[in-house]
Amino acid sequence: MDIISEKRTRVQLREYDVIDTETTDFPHTYPGYDDAWSQDKFEKKFKVNIIKKEDLNLEYDMIGVDAAITNAIRRILLAEIPTMAVEKVFIYNNTSIVQDEVLAHRLGLIPIKADPRLFEYRQEGDAEGTAEDTLEFQLQIKCTKNPHAPKDATTPEDLFKNSKVYSGHMKWIPIENQGELYKDSDIKTVYDDILIAKLRPGHELDMKMHCVKGIGKDHAKFSPVATASYRLLPEITLLREIEGEQADRLAKCFSNGVIEVVNYPDGRRVAKVKNARKDTCSRNVFQHDDLKDSVKLTRVKDHFICSVESTGALPPDTLVCEAIKVLMGKCRLFLNELDSAGVGRL
Amino acid sequence: MWNIVKDPTVTKPVKELKDKWKLLPAFLQVKGLVNQHVDSFNYFITVDIKKILMANSKITSDADPLFYMKYLNIHIGNPDVEEGFNVTKPTCPHECRLRDMTYSAPITVDIEYTRGQQRVVRNNVPIGRMPIMLRSSKCVLTGKSPAELAKLNECPHDPGGYFIVNGIEKVILCQEQLSKNRMIVEEDSKGGIACQVTSSTHERKTRTNIIVKHGHYYLKHNSFSEDIPIAIVFKAMGVESDQEIVQMIGTDDHTLSVFAPSLEECHRAQVYTQTQALRWMGNKIKQRRIWGGGPKKTPIEEARDLLITTILAHIPTEQFTFKVKAMYMALMVRRIIEAQTNPKLIDDRDYYGNKRVELAGSLLSLLFEDLFKRFNSELKMIADKNIPKIKAAQFDIIKHMRQDQITNGLITAISTGNWTVKRFKMERVGVTQVLSRLSYISALGMMTRINSQFEKTRKVSGPRSLQPSQWGMLCPSDTPEGESCGLVKNLALMTHITTDMEEEPLIKLAFNLGVEDVHLLSGEELSHPDVYMVFLNGGILGVIKDYQRLVHTFRILRRAGYINEFVSIFPNHTHRCVYIASDGGRLCRPYIIVKGGRPMVTQAHLEELNRGVRQFEDFIHDGLIEYLDVNEENDSNVALYQTSISVETTHLEIEPFTLLGVCAGLIPYPHHNQSPRNTYQCAMGKQAMGTIGLNQRNRIDTLLYLLAYPHRPMVKSRTIELINFEQLPAGQNATVAVMSYSGYDIEDAIVMNKASLDRGFGRCLVYRSQKCTLKRYTNQTFDRVLGPMIDATTRKPIWKHEVLDADGISAPGERVESRQVVVNKSMPAVTMNPIQTTPGQPQQVEHREVPIVYKGLEPSYVEKVMISSNNEEAFLIKLLMRQTRRPEIGDKFSSRHGQKGVVGLIAQQEDMPFNDQGICPDLIMNPHGYPSRMTVGKLLELVGGKAGVLEGKFHYGTAFGGSSIHEISKELIKNGFNYLGKDTLTSGITGEHLSGYIYFGPIYYQKLKHMVMDKIHARARGPRAVLTRQPTEGRSREGGLRLGEMERDCLIGHGASMLLLERLMLSSDAFQVDVCNQCGLLGYSGWCHYCQSSRQIASIQIPYACKLLFQELQSMNIIPRLKLSKYFD
Repeated sequence: MDIISEKRTRVQLREYDVIDTETTDFPHTYPGYDDAWSQDKFEKKFKVNIIKKEDLNLEYDMIGVDAAITNAIRRILLAEIPTMAVEKVFIYNNTSIVQDEVLAHRLGLIPIKADPRLFEYRQEGDAEGTAEDTLEFQLQIKCTKNPHAPKDATTPEDLFKNSKVYSGHMKWIPIENQGELYKDSDIKTVYDDILIAKLRPGHELDMKMHCVKGIGKDHAKFSPVATASYRLLPEITLLREIEGEQADRLAKCFSNGVIEVVNYPDGRRVAKVKNARKDTCSRNVFQHDDLKDSVKLTRVKDHFICSVESTGALPPDTLVCEAIKVLMGKCRLFLNELDSAGVGRL
Repeated sequence: MWNIVKDPTVTKPVKELKDKWKLLPAFLQVKGLVNQHVDSFNYFITVDIKKILMANSKITSDADPLFYMKYLNIHIGNPDVEEGFNVTKPTCPHECRLRDMTYSAPITVDIEYTRGQQRVVRNNVPIGRMPIMLRSSKCVLTGKSPAELAKLNECPHDPGGYFIVNGIEKVILCQEQLSKNRMIVEEDSKGGIACQVTSSTHERKTRTNIIVKHGHYYLKHNSFSEDIPIAIVFKAMGVESDQEIVQMIGTDDHTLSVFAPSLEECHRAQVYTQTQALRWMGNKIKQRRIWGGGPKKTPIEEARDLLITTILAHIPTEQFTFKVKAMYMALMVRRIIEAQTNPKLIDDRDYYGNKRVELAGSLLSLLFEDLFKRFNSELKMIADKNIPKIKAAQFDIIKHMRQDQITNGLITAISTGNWTVKRFKMERVGVTQVLSRLSYISALGMMTRINSQFEKTRKVSGPRSLQPSQWGMLCPSDTPEGESCGLVKNLALMTHITTDMEEEPLIKLAFNLGVEDVHLLSGEELSHPDVYMVFLNGGILGVIKDYQRLVHTFRILRRAGYINEFVSIFPNHTHRCVYIASDGGRLCRPYIIVKGGRPMVTQAHLEELNRGVRQFEDFIHDGLIEYLDVNEENDSNVALYQTSISVETTHLEIEPFTLLGVCAGLIPYPHHNQSPRNTYQCAMGKQAMGTIGLNQRNRIDTLLYLLAYPHRPMVKSRTIELINFEQLPAGQNATVAVMSYSGYDIEDAIVMNKASLDRGFGRCLVYRSQKCTLKRYTNQTFDRVLGPMIDATTRKPIWKHEVLDADGISAPGERVESRQVVVNKSMPAVTMNPIQTTPGQPQQVEHREVPIVYKGLEPSYVEKVMISSNNEEAFLIKLLMRQTRRPEIGDKFSSRHGQKGVVGLIAQQEDMPFNDQGICPDLIMNPHGYPSRMTVGKLLELVGGKAGVLEGKFHYGTAFGGSSIHEISKELIKNGFNYLGKDTLTSGITGEHLSGYIYFGPIYYQKLKHMVMDKIHARARGPRAVLTRQPTEGRSREGGLRLGEMERDCLIGHGASMLLLERLMLSSDAFQVDVCNQCGLLGYSGWCHYCQSSRQIASIQIPYACKLLFQELQSMNIIPRLKLSKYFD
């Protein structure tokens, strides 16, 4: 690869700094390169590979796209996809030691399994809420002494009943026709083993909660993802043949499976790059003076390894689709703005 | 005593002792962190108080020679409270805190006295109440298990050592002072040498000086009007021959020639005999007014009395023989003579061996003795007055013993901190302080604090600087900045402070070990160059020829447990003396004994300790470990590490990190930090909020800061474990990215992640209490609490009373806004005079509303309401108000390395950078904070924390130890991270790779108590002071922002006269006055009262304060006259 195209397509990780991080593929950055955007070129280059898809986790590659686009999807995932979360807590009784505000805060952060697309945003100033914009949960629990506790019991779990309040104790109360629209399995907390509070005999919780639709920008509890992020595909180039003890040392500098030491028929043991994708970019090879000049660490600028961890309200693939929809909506809005401002499209 | 062993095994390397630090928890288990306070108080209430009683045990009366009263014994009971008349109930500290009572126990005495002709013995007669120190031997908390403590609402980690007086926790701070009864040779301001002794006995405290003036030696004492030539004093003490005097001082040529002029002076004064000398001195005594008191004494008697009781009071004089006192004085002279030729012999006042620490027990005993003496003299006065009267009932002194004098004396002293002991002319203020409960560390830090008696204003660096002799005894880091820097110190982790011990057995022992009694010696033998003098607590015991044997045997006996472990003995070769010390207030510290190049503690011992079959005390009893005080430490050769043991080594340090105190012990890797940073952290750790005690939710404090989700630090230290900081943490592990972000992070500001705040980072709870008492007055009226006022139209409580319950007190859970009433109290309008009642009609008492109103920018919630009663008031109502706060811009945070900063920006999570795993920082810190501060410890904490998080364990950052960077790096590499802790980050804003590697990992951050919400203040219009009509001052009074002198100067410099006029008058206290241009006085409504005319009246605007000044001047016969002229003329 020549220097220019390497500069254009690779981020280089050097010992003390990273170079060529900026995106340069727009017209007139480099002479002799046509960076004008074209649909054809994009379609040819653009690829999405789904690497791993689980209930809550999704890993996919986006290749041939600008960092801005990938980042926009990430940002929207974090901040602009709505979910349902506890927003209002009506505390009728709380004799536990957890303060009302702290309890309400904890309840807010519990992920709620409910499809936010089926609900509306609540109107500002509306305290009551309607079936379209509100889910109501109830938490009524009282801790008592366990009359059947074994004689030698010492732990609070044995001695008392309901000594721990979990998210599973939250009960969904349908309002109006919600009972007909949704099944009990549709609307619940994602996990039922999140500890909310610890109680002791005589302590009692009695409260109602209103879940509303909101976005992560407003409060992190509305964020549909635990995290959404991406990294660039690492690339390792060995600049010379590394063999013997050095090869072993080199392999140790990277995560398992990145470098393999191949036994040649002539008895030499030579390091080969096996799977650079597994590299964590820890750059530990720079520890060794004799190796640091024989390895070149780069990352591919337009190959994004994205990962999305859903909190459980929606599956991660749906979330990405939703994010793209939001992005498209934003684009459309922007184009309309351009149109109305009288600025012509390209 | 260094026996050079020729044993070949010495050269063989000894296996390094592992887990030597485990001795430390064992030490703290038996001693505790605040042991010095508790020990000294225990000593006071068990031993010292009995001594005081015995010293003042008999009361007689001048009126009846047969009358007497004798104290037989004294007891301190168990803490209780009085509920009604003569009904008491045992109490616990928490009850006293809540009910604003004093945690005290009755002092009872057994007495024997005469009633008429009868001899009566009465036991357990109360004479007062003694405030009880928490966790002392009389406290209900001692020896209780954590579960039992929980039942008493007490935190098991609470150190105790303080008092509860009227519901307030008070600490008697340790006071550092120069040791009593010791000679100090020093240079005075004129360059002359002087020897000073501050003698202190139970009766008296005096200072005796011997000075040099023009080559003559004088005794200087403030009871003499002029300095007394020393030879005259010797003669007055019965040492009449000059030869004897010289023999005592020293017979070498130099001494003789230097001292000769002083003898000559005596001859010139024609003083040859004791009587002459006494008369000479008697004439120089300052005349003191003596009321009444005994027959008038002759000057000779007076001088003799003075010599016995006042001069060098700590040297006892038996039957008018001054021999020992004369020898002591001769030694003082000798020290001066020696110091004159050899300046090295001048003592260092700041040397810590010359210091004693006065603790709660000794301070209380001074106070108690004073009160007890006053109590007795009052009893005597009553007896004198009442016995001659003839009454039906016989005089019974027991009926005149009032309890309140001693009780109130003790309580007021502790609650105000004013220590007034008349007989010592001692008047100290600020002896006690309110225990700071801001955090657990602040409370603990306060208990280990040592206050110096030195004046803060004097500009000398000596007492403030770190003395090498403070090594291991006082924390080198923990001292405040500013005026009291270096004067307020803190104890190190293993320091123990001694209490007084019996001298009698030590004296006997010393004589048995070959010390020749001073009483049997002549002066010559005393100053003989072959012998060493032996001192016990500043008094001369005698001389010894083979001092090494004495010291050696003494130490052997101590190690074997025949002598108390805190008795110290050490030779001073420049003084040619052996000093034995058993007095209280010495700082000491345990060390492992090393014999023949091997530490006495072996791995086997440590294993026994591990298994729990060996206690720390056993190490002492078995002679493996011993305590050394500062002086003895300087006679020893202590190895810091086992590897550095040589043939000369006598002791081995238990663990080097114990030289730091409690607060500095929290810092991870403090040995990598620049030292002032550790000092800053010591001050800041006390402001960090978190957990203050396991009983924090049961307390009703005036102000309490708690963290919603406190964390254990990822990088901890041994000290952190030892002081239970992990159970009562104050801070959170924040994921920190050290990078520049946005520009809102300059000057130490930090950028916070909004999502982290949403998830509870830095969230804190602020509790404030409101108090209200309902009193009953002398005229049978009383305060009352009424229910809410109901609005006539809506039938609902008015807004102000919205939060009130039917009983007129706000209910728990209620949200209270500013200016709402929490207790609707009203007071009778007339409380003093009896109320006229018309018979037949029910009593009508007018009441005035005095509601308890909540004030604050943000609303609070009522957490709990306590209704109780205490001794004085009928009812006591306390409300606990709660606020929950999330961090906002301007809140102050700090790491554990003296790096504080305010929040400069709260950034959205999506804007934050993230690493390859998608981790976002909670907090971004600007790297400019590092180079100039050199807090390398923080860098190490970050990597240590990061490796710990990845491995699921805690790393140690213990001082002079801790996890090594290599170890940490290995763990990072193992987990696929860069070995330096630097990650590759992606910008959350552009989505591009950042062009630098970012130092990224968890650092323990403390939220400090300074929050914007408590400080924010602005005003446009608002209240004004009544007198001057100028805006009020201060945030609490919604005051104005002052345009001060310097700002004024600035405006003058700019010539902005109209702005000046506006700021200083129009916006402040502009006032329209009428001025009579004829007389220049102020008129009123267009009329000059002086001129009786309205012709020359002009109306002008002046500051009201100016008008006020004119009127005040007039009131003292100064007439300010105003002359007006037209501006445009």
